[in-house]
Amino acid sequence: MSAVLRVWRGVRWYVREMTGEARWDEYAARCATEGTEPISRRAWERHRADEREHRPQSRCC
Amino acid sequence: MATTTSVRRPGGPRRRFTPAGIALWGSIALVGAVCWTVLALSRGEEVSALWILFAALASYAIAYRFYARFIANRVLGVDDTRATPAERLENGQDYDVTDRRVLFGHHFAAIAGAGPLVGPVLAAQMGYLPGTIWIIVGVILAGAVQDMMVLFFSMRRDGKSLGQMVRDEIGVIGGTAALIAVFAIMIIILAVLALVVVNALAESPWGVFSIGLTIPIALFMGFYLRYLRPGRVSETTAIGVALLLLAIIVGGWIDDTGLGETLTLSHETLTICLIVYGFIASVLPVWMLLTPRDYLSTFMKVGVIVLLAVGLLLARPALQNEDVTSFALDGDGPVFAGKLFPFVFITIACGALSGFHALISSGTTPKMIAKEGQVRMIGYGGMLMESFVAISALIAACVIDQGLYFAMNSPAGATGGTAASAAEFVGTLGFTISPDTLTQAAAAVQEPSLVSRTGGAPTLAVGISTIFTDAFGGGLAAFWYHFAIMFEALFILTAVDAGTRVGRFMLQDTIGNFWPRFGDTSWKPAAWGASAVVVAAWGYMLYVGVTDPLGGINQLFPLFGISNQLLAAIALCLCVTLMLKHGKARWVWVPLVPLVWDLVTTMTASWQKVFSDNPAIGYFAQADRYRDARDAGEVLAPAKDVGQMDQVITNSTTNGVLQLSFAVLVIVVVANALVVWVRAVRAGSLPTTEVPATPSKIVAPADFFATAEEKAAQREWEESQLSGSPR
Repeated sequence: MSAVLRVWRGVRWYVREMTGEARWDEYAARCATEGTEPISRRAWERHRADEREHRPQSRCC
Repeated sequence: MATTTSVRRPGGPRRRFTPAGIALWGSIALVGAVCWTVLALSRGEEVSALWILFAALASYAIAYRFYARFIANRVLGVDDTRATPAERLENGQDYDVTDRRVLFGHHFAAIAGAGPLVGPVLAAQMGYLPGTIWIIVGVILAGAVQDMMVLFFSMRRDGKSLGQMVRDEIGVIGGTAALIAVFAIMIIILAVLALVVVNALAESPWGVFSIGLTIPIALFMGFYLRYLRPGRVSETTAIGVALLLLAIIVGGWIDDTGLGETLTLSHETLTICLIVYGFIASVLPVWMLLTPRDYLSTFMKVGVIVLLAVGLLLARPALQNEDVTSFALDGDGPVFAGKLFPFVFITIACGALSGFHALISSGTTPKMIAKEGQVRMIGYGGMLMESFVAISALIAACVIDQGLYFAMNSPAGATGGTAASAAEFVGTLGFTISPDTLTQAAAAVQEPSLVSRTGGAPTLAVGISTIFTDAFGGGLAAFWYHFAIMFEALFILTAVDAGTRVGRFMLQDTIGNFWPRFGDTSWKPAAWGASAVVVAAWGYMLYVGVTDPLGGINQLFPLFGISNQLLAAIALCLCVTLMLKHGKARWVWVPLVPLVWDLVTTMTASWQKVFSDNPAIGYFAQADRYRDARDAGEVLAPAKDVGQMDQVITNSTTNGVLQLSFAVLVIVVVANALVVWVRAVRAGSLPTTEVPATPSKIVAPADFFATAEEKAAQREWEESQLSGSPR
């Protein structure tokens, strides 16, 4: 059982890291330790999307 | 610096072999040797595809364990005491320390596309052996070496791009030539990839329907992520994938309806759709279409690769073609003309050696790497994975009936376009297939026809469908076929969107040097103008390919393969230059051997494509032949009228000029580099733009699986981070 749980946690971790979802948690955690108020998730994600706008990544053949 | 356990210095203590290690690597070597022996000795009997699969896996494992480690530690001298750009310049945006396994995923998603799927399928006309050997040997000694070395050198220069490094390290002339070459090669690659999609979707209502639906699905995902559930990417992707599968299933029902007829589009119509789509997609904000599409495409990529590996193991198909066909030796194959040497080596580019990867390995990935030692896993390992995809594609093309293979892949001018004429044509090649069998094969995957469905994608889809039907049962051949088409088209459309944007940024950046306002990527007129130029460039080449009476793939694929390999020559040339400038002449053979091989094959191929007097191979000879015939008032098959004669003449001349210009650009880079090599060898070493070493504080494992020591060191470091004690 614990092995299944471990694999599930690993997969979940990997997916959240790959999709960038974990970045929000990191940001929220950082704000918590610094004692600052985080901006809304909507605004934060929008900021990230705007960044991506100007940094195109090539997809190979 | 108390972390001595996980830090490996160049030339540091070497790990000793344990008995268990010797047994493990001995048995892997044995498996590899047995598989290669079987492949080498089997003649005229049924050969299982699994021999190829396991020969590849065993070879990759040994190359990764020994050769890649040798290159990392001895040749490059990776140094984990040195901080990477991600650590020094961390800004949470492009410079960002990333977990090695996550970065591996990102890097692989960026390098893997349709290239390794299409090339091997076309090269299967020469038999299974040439492709297998080149994919495996090529990746080990050339492709993966290039990716890893470029990644390393770019990492040591704060993630500089390939063009910038060539300019800084080789010279302004070489740098300018490289910049033009990169841009031009990208245009050709986009055009050929788009051509593959057009050929896969033309006259296929099911395909058009399901691929067409990916646009509203991606738009929905984009809006969902932006307005309804910001940031919930996994959830959105899951919904998107479910809709995607639904789109494939529903596509099967529309064939007999009125909609089916509306969606039966000609090559020309599809070309126009694709050009319009490409332009709109490249000017829309990325969150709307490009980003969600990329999530879908990455998911499908991983899903299909895993399914294909499992499917091959379950189905254990037998290879249907010969080891080396007569086309390889005589150079008269219908899929593409030319002999095994040099044409196998340029037809299979991605999967063995791909210059395009150098653009990914310099730029994004080096800015995210946590420790220097990880270049082996990400650069070399990522490319091995791509090579595995290429091997799977090769197998898929070799396990289908060879009569069917040639009926599908020979240009329409040769097969005549109908089942009866195609069966007859295939008969002249020495294969037998009845018109009925051809019609049935098409009916099985619910396509109007499979004759002359060139471009590789439909063939691969038939191969995948055969393997999956065998492996998983259920009589779902048509579903699997369209699933495979969807997977390839999705990749390619993502590559086209992203490539057009990258091209646009490159153009804006270059013109911005003379007219600063144009360089502002958020200024609409510049963005739209640059996008239009890029789309027009690849759109024109696509149109040339689609309307070419001689068959677009037959004509353009060699140009694509050669340009990709020429880009690799530029990248390897940079690696050789840097080895010499760093005073490591002793190890220069590591990039020099692949560079020489690559130059020999691509320059021979370029020479033949430009100067050969055989009209089947030489572009100019071809143009001359048709010009003479036109002037004499004749019409040469497969052209049907004077208009098509003119088309052949124009297209062949364009292709010839492009081919020649690429080769000249690369010769300029190599000549410029030679001067630097001589200077570097005379001086012993020369200064480079390498960023000086800064001590690293991060502790992270180097390989896919952390050793016990690495885990302990990382735990200790993480605890010290939490307790806030400075290291």
